[in-house]
Amino acid sequence: MTSATAAHSVVEPTTATRRFAGSLVVLYAIITMIPLAWIMLTAFKSPDDAISYPPKVMFKPSLEGFCNLFTTRSRQTPEFIRSLGPPQGLCDSIARSRNMVVAGPSNYVPRFINSLIIAFGSTVLAVALGTLSAYGFSRFRVPLKDDLLFFILSTRMMPPIAVAIPIYLMYRTIGLSDTRLGMILLYTSVNVSLAVWLLKGFIDEIPREYEEAAMIDGYTRFQAFVKVVLPQATTGIAATAIFCLIFAWNEYAFAVLLTSGNAQTAPPFIPIIIGEGGQDWPAVAAGTTLFLVPIVVFTVLLRKHLLRGITFGAVRK
Amino acid sequence: MAQIKVEALDKSFGSFHAVKSASFAVEDGQFLCLLGPSGCGKTTTLRMIAGLELPTSGTIRLDGEDVTMNRASARDIAFVFQLFALYPHMNVRRNIGFPLKCEGISAAERDRRVVEAARILRISHLLDRSVSGLAGGDRQRVALGRAIVRKPKCFLMDEPLGALDTEMREAMIHELRALHDRLGATTVYVTHDQLEAMAMADRIAVMNNGVVEQVASPRDIYDRPASLFVADFIGSPPMNFLPFRGGLETGTQAIRIGERDVAIPAAREVMAESELVLGVRPEHVRFTDRGMVRGEVYGTEYLGTTQIVTVTTHYGTLKARSSSSKSFRTGENVGLDFRPDTLSIFDKASGRAIRTVLHEGGAHG
Repeated sequence: MTSATAAHSVVEPTTATRRFAGSLVVLYAIITMIPLAWIMLTAFKSPDDAISYPPKVMFKPSLEGFCNLFTTRSRQTPEFIRSLGPPQGLCDSIARSRNMVVAGPSNYVPRFINSLIIAFGSTVLAVALGTLSAYGFSRFRVPLKDDLLFFILSTRMMPPIAVAIPIYLMYRTIGLSDTRLGMILLYTSVNVSLAVWLLKGFIDEIPREYEEAAMIDGYTRFQAFVKVVLPQATTGIAATAIFCLIFAWNEYAFAVLLTSGNAQTAPPFIPIIIGEGGQDWPAVAAGTTLFLVPIVVFTVLLRKHLLRGITFGAVRK
Repeated sequence: MAQIKVEALDKSFGSFHAVKSASFAVEDGQFLCLLGPSGCGKTTTLRMIAGLELPTSGTIRLDGEDVTMNRASARDIAFVFQLFALYPHMNVRRNIGFPLKCEGISAAERDRRVVEAARILRISHLLDRSVSGLAGGDRQRVALGRAIVRKPKCFLMDEPLGALDTEMREAMIHELRALHDRLGATTVYVTHDQLEAMAMADRIAVMNNGVVEQVASPRDIYDRPASLFVADFIGSPPMNFLPFRGGLETGTQAIRIGERDVAIPAAREVMAESELVLGVRPEHVRFTDRGMVRGEVYGTEYLGTTQIVTVTTHYGTLKARSSSSKSFRTGENVGLDFRPDTLSIFDKASGRAIRTVLHEGGAHG
């Protein structure tokens, strides 16, 4: 060690440790950010720049990727294009420069809306069901409590692909395949196990005296739950909601297998955006970039709760 | 205010029998302490009176009305928890006013009663503070405020001073008793601290292993313990026990321990020859050279005005309370005898106290 003249504390990190830890964090942040940054850059490249080798870091930004993401186009002869009136909007003029015309909107927006409905719907349902059952497990003498809790947890141990075919067959028979309701129910049932376990931890931490006091003061148990327990469980509920949302938002395997035309979500849609002559990488990157937005907004809105939520149990109050 | 009557109350949690046929009554305006070691069922009993647990069998009457199976909110009682249970998302004023809000009392009336409760507890200056910043004693006052604001039939308190430091606890003992005298509210107070119980209670119910061992005034509990457990649990240091074998006739005034006769309060029941135990409070052990027991001083604990002298004797180790002006050397040979009119005799097998003339000294409580 260098000039550690002052008496050093056992618990306080030294300057050197602090710097080392700091640089590790920065390094980790860089490693995680590079793919994201690359995706965002690619979204603004032209198709030629996107596949050029060596890869271009400096390039002329273009909105072609976003145009291709939101539209379908058809190739026309130059004579036909010249016979048309002036281009309608930016995307039309980009398309015409490549001897194409905009034929209509793409499926990205409906797929994105499907994603929103299915992810938020299943999150709300999973958290609501999870809160109620976590409260029950936390407060009541449930017969076979430990076995039930383990059973609930064990549903998460299986890889989704193991049950994909039975679920596919069941869904086809009862008419839930390729429906939003079917996907909401499916993601809810996967997430509810996570929600029960996380929320049980949070609710266990709330002293039951609060509800008991409220019940003596004149509330029913349900009123006490709503007015006294829920306000104190907001942190846990927010953290759980984010975890559930991230799962449902990113889920790919079930979405590929169970949805196609009607209820398809964005994850299976984005990789199959095909341009002329193969994969349209700028469009894929643009779709991915936009796909990140809702989850980032949701996380930022709830970040105060999330930080406390992830470290819960680590520090005793 | 109200009378509480608990009859043959039983509570089992699975195979664990927490409360076994508990019966006692709390008269209108009385302060009853449920006293016992942890796990003895005192809190469970209190929670059954409150309606937070339902008994397995037995009845609970409030003012004669059977409320055994009533919901907690329908019993018109107030409960003070050990950990205060103040709602952290509300300030002091809203915490105290919460029970009134539950009852749907108008805001103006609510505020008037909150202010009055705060005045009684001298926490008016804290009304608009957040509860999370309050000191332990003030939190406890807010919890009490939430209890008294409703003017309930009775107060139930579960070790309300357990979370406070010693100094604060001393002050709150007096405050609680003064509050009780002022409001005259029927109170059931759970504690494991005999000093708290002795200082506050009109009557004490001592519990052990789910059984109510004795319900009596603090003086009776101390002077006339009904069982070996009560004699051992109450008093610091506890009662000395000298086992002996013998029989008793009504009117027997002496027993034989070893080769010596010991004078006892006249027995009031017949006891066939069996294993018995003589109980002697440390302060009823006298040092005298002509004493019936001789022993060696093992050590002393200085307590200010008195000292506890531990003496190793032929009958086991005895603790004696003596004036601290006397001096004892370790290893010194001393003679001891007991003040005859204060001794207790127990049946070793059942732990039950045997009736003597002591029990006729009048029920003080």
